[in-house]
Amino acid sequence: MLNILWLGLLVGSVAVAVCMWNVKELVAAVADSAGSAFKLALGFTGIMALWLGIMKIAEESGLVGHVTRLIAPVLGLLFPKIPEGHPALGSMAINIVANMFGLNNAATPLGIRAMKDLDELNPIKGTATHEMCMFLAINTSSVQLIPAGALALLAAGGSSDPTVIVLPTLVATCASTFVGVLSARLLSRMRRFRVVKERGSENEGPA
Amino acid sequence: MKGLPEISSTVSNIIFLTFLVGIPVYGFLRGVKVYECFVRGAREGFDVAVMIIPYLVAILVAVGMFRASGAMTLIGQALPSFVERLGISPDIVALGLVRPLSGGAALGMLGEIVARYGADSYQARLASVINGSTETTLYVLAVYFGAVAVAKTRYALHAGLLADAAGFAASVLVCLIFFT
Repeated sequence: MLNILWLGLLVGSVAVAVCMWNVKELVAAVADSAGSAFKLALGFTGIMALWLGIMKIAEESGLVGHVTRLIAPVLGLLFPKIPEGHPALGSMAINIVANMFGLNNAATPLGIRAMKDLDELNPIKGTATHEMCMFLAINTSSVQLIPAGALALLAAGGSSDPTVIVLPTLVATCASTFVGVLSARLLSRMRRFRVVKERGSENEGPA
Repeated sequence: MKGLPEISSTVSNIIFLTFLVGIPVYGFLRGVKVYECFVRGAREGFDVAVMIIPYLVAILVAVGMFRASGAMTLIGQALPSFVERLGISPDIVALGLVRPLSGGAALGMLGEIVARYGADSYQARLASVINGSTETTLYVLAVYFGAVAVAKTRYALHAGLLADAAGFAASVLVCLIFFT
């Protein structure tokens, strides 16, 4: 699907830009975006290194273990196949906590760390496991408790009561997380998403 | 009333610093050589950044082209009139469509909606709730899977986009209940 979406964005953008006479802007956007992707990744290095370092301390001190044990029952439900005590459970737990508190620049490095730990359990490197998809679904459904960005914008816009959005946002985000988790679980059962192991198919031939 | 946004950002900062300082303090008390341990962990930072470059370039270029093409205007115009009766103006639909692609663009659009309709308007509130209950799915996907060199993402994108769609639908419903 990513293949189709990506190609669709490219082809669709060109088609629309030609129709709407935006070709010049489009061409400028290509170089701009490529450059900003590179800058974003490099700019990310510092904060990434920082949180990976802190995470290492959290691990060696046994802190990750404590946090994991605290929310193990919930994680166990979502990720039944991850063996108890595996580091992936700890790093996912800490990523979710950071996300809830809106610590975006800590949550991303911690989430990447969690993906690396999940990749250790991946039998076919380069292909996502169910656990990775589930973790992504939780992360992309937004589990923030306080929508800081929107609150700041409403307050700056002169709202008489910006906080009215907090409760509705919480309800809506719970719904999106629920649907994310549910769809990851249901999609994993569909045949088209089954992973077929390629065991040197050229040599083996029909059995 | 500027109270809560400020309080919430103060609280966020305190939590941030608690994580940042509390963890090394705890580690030190448990006998971890914190400095050496930190450096060992931090060393991976650069590798990760380099790993995600190709994935980020792929996603950000496609999204950048989409934004520059003027497609958003077209989508606004093509919107059937019945959705407007639910209080969903074209800007809100555009926000919902852009949100999974680009967080920065979505925040900009939210700012525009607040400026156009007023910070206490139904539209501004609905847009805020949508923004808070959805995520920059494509970006998260590129970064997270990029870091482990996974290109076959299976159903991760489907699940993420379904979650975003659910967030959008739930926002519309919840705002109808809360604000009308």
